[in-house]
Amino acid sequence: MTDEHHSHKHPLQTDHPEPSSHHELMGIALNDLLVSKGIYDNAEMNAMIESIENIEPNTHGARVVARAWVDPEYKAFLLKDGMSAVESLGLDPGYAVLTAVENTPEVHNLVVCTLCSCYPRFLLGRPPVWYKSKAYRSRVVREPRAVLREFGTEIPTGVEVRVHDSTAELRYIVIPMRPAETEGMSESELASLVSRDSMIGTALAGRP
Amino acid sequence: MARFAIGDRVRISDREEARHHRVPAYVKGHEGVVERICAAQGQPETLALGEDGEPIQTVYRIHIPQTRLWPGYEGPNGDSLEIEIFEHWLESARC
Repeated sequence: MTDEHHSHKHPLQTDHPEPSSHHELMGIALNDLLVSKGIYDNAEMNAMIESIENIEPNTHGARVVARAWVDPEYKAFLLKDGMSAVESLGLDPGYAVLTAVENTPEVHNLVVCTLCSCYPRFLLGRPPVWYKSKAYRSRVVREPRAVLREFGTEIPTGVEVRVHDSTAELRYIVIPMRPAETEGMSESELASLVSRDSMIGTALAGRP
Repeated sequence: MARFAIGDRVRISDREEARHHRVPAYVKGHEGVVERICAAQGQPETLALGEDGEPIQTVYRIHIPQTRLWPGYEGPNGDSLEIEIFEHWLESARC
């Protein structure tokens, strides 16, 4: 890192690694420009990063899924109008149209964004690194079953694998199937079975 | 007003576009069926340039069988891809 770089202020988080590529430097330069133009300030940027980092899939998305499992009316609401259904639980649905898709004995849903890395951050927090990788994004649309097997998820041939490529201002959350033998479980116990990956579609919900 | 209805057969345009757009190459030129009408949103081509994105476009979710997208697809015939496409990238496939 050159002295020249350290001679100006930029709003990197203190634990942010040093930029190592042209594109990272471009990102920092763009951010500096936006700050200097007064579009937002460093404090707002850091507050946004912090709020996204504090979102845990199991405190947000999993709550939504568990409610849908125990309350058929809520599930219907969630499938019809994801944003309002999420808001009704006191959660922030974000700015893009939230769309819930339901796994059934006939259909297994799986989400990708081939063009970039669209992800329901307000419900699931930061996306995993693999979700943003070129390998996942390019492979999962053409060989989804092979990718699922690498995640340890085998979908029977009689079940349709439906891949959702998220290309517009919509964000997807998968409602995994409720596992067997969970009849007596409370909503919060059920939520603990709902992993982040099960809401992307690369995994099934956990077993009790 | 949405030009297409649920169940309509449509073709995704295979035109080239130098500006930012949200139609990945692998679906261009393919036919599918309107699965649902998702939203009405501004055009990415002009929004990306700081313009207003007008006229607003209906966004559809298009259902395409995987076996049509990929010759030699490894899975069963029922597997599918669903993707959101803006109306100005869709043509009727009925003719």
